[in-house]
Amino acid sequence: MNTSIWITLLNIFGVLIATVLLAAILTWGERRLLGFWQDRPGPNRVGPFGTLQVIADMIKLFFKEDFTPRFADIPVFVLAPTVVMATMLIAFAVVPMSPSIGVADLNIGLLFVLAMSSIAVYSIILGGYASNNKYALLGGLRAAAQTVSYEVFMGLSLMGVVMMSGSFNLRDIVIAQADTWFIVPQFLGFIVFFIAGIAESRRTPFDLPEAEHELTAGFHTEYSGMKFGMFFVGEYLAVILIAALITTLFLGGWHGPLLPPIIWFCLKTAFLVAIFILLRAALPRPRYDQLMKFGWKVMLPLSLVNLLATAGILLWIA
Amino acid sequence: MIASQIRSMWLVFKHLFRRNVTVQYPEEKPYLAPRYRGRIILSRDPNGDERCVACNLCAVACPPDCISLQKTEDPDGRWRPEYFRINFSRCIMCGLCEDACPTYAIQLTPDFEMCEYDRQNMVYEKEDLLIDGPGKYHDYSFYQVAGKAIKGKDKGQANNEAEPINVKSLNL
Repeated sequence: MNTSIWITLLNIFGVLIATVLLAAILTWGERRLLGFWQDRPGPNRVGPFGTLQVIADMIKLFFKEDFTPRFADIPVFVLAPTVVMATMLIAFAVVPMSPSIGVADLNIGLLFVLAMSSIAVYSIILGGYASNNKYALLGGLRAAAQTVSYEVFMGLSLMGVVMMSGSFNLRDIVIAQADTWFIVPQFLGFIVFFIAGIAESRRTPFDLPEAEHELTAGFHTEYSGMKFGMFFVGEYLAVILIAALITTLFLGGWHGPLLPPIIWFCLKTAFLVAIFILLRAALPRPRYDQLMKFGWKVMLPLSLVNLLATAGILLWIA
Repeated sequence: MIASQIRSMWLVFKHLFRRNVTVQYPEEKPYLAPRYRGRIILSRDPNGDERCVACNLCAVACPPDCISLQKTEDPDGRWRPEYFRINFSRCIMCGLCEDACPTYAIQLTPDFEMCEYDRQNMVYEKEDLLIDGPGKYHDYSFYQVAGKAIKGKDKGQANNEAEPINVKSLNL
């Protein structure tokens, strides 16, 4: 009894600290990778290879003036950045990282993750609304519209996986992939979920809520100091979460030869994060109506076709 | 459409294996051409005398008006600046002073590292500007090609110069 509590606590704090640390390191890693892809070294001054840049940035963010505009809706303004970080961290609780690592083992783990990543958008809408600034409000509006349209097929694209494994439990889904990764039978679902995941974490090319060129900084125009930092960490947590989810749902989670399960999980997740960064380095941002058109007229039908086809084939086999 | 997105991702990815274009500045200096327009100097002729004759053409040409000088005349007949002052906090390194200079005295050099904590230190006086050598033009000496008489070189004794002719003696 006593030891199992300690193991659980170790699990919880291990996952918590690891994810937050990884999100922080990712701020450096992303800039470094973007630099290499743009023929420049990126941040390489602070510490070996610039790794201490993270600490330098944190010191900077903590000591910056944390300005709250007088015209803002102050309670909501303060609350908004915490929502994104909290929900993202909570969502990590159900992600199984190896047979023994993973905080909670929910029967509806998949729905839980989807719900948490949808709640995260409140952070942006509320932040945009409470700033009482037209750029922030426009960014918040865009975030709302984008989430509404991309959430629909984000869930639908996963139903194929759920049907094939017969469970909403992420751990069962990983176990069901022991022989074949779901990326093979569910390739369409993988593509749709990948694109929806980028839109969900509001990364380029779907970063319209904070499009610098039109909206200064979108929803976080009025934020500074560590409040801005929390939006930032939240975004990187979302990136890691989506990458971890794709690993769990389509790339066989911890399954892999030779190396220990946790290493396989981390490698797959890191690979996907690198692809996310490559997308940011390579692709331009679409116009807003193009984004909507793409969501409703291409991705939604695709996910429905995938859903129908999977269901039909499963029934036919059974 | 999808093919072009994937292609651009691939093209960007290939840059991982390219050389960085960045010059790591304080450790690694960039190459500057000999005619780079940087810090301004005043040069001397091959004999070691100041080239500047204080004609003020550089001060007139200077767009931000950062050059200030005053002419004086030596007992041996040479003209030179009494003081010569360049305010580098105004200077835009355009090089028009160098173009305007009739004696190759004022020249721009490939050096741009001239930061100061105090703005007043950006004002360079003549002794800060003068260098010991002839700069970019090694053999040029203004008084050896000009008709101005100085001590030890009368009218008509410069290179390629004929003896002066008294027009009143020409009875045609």
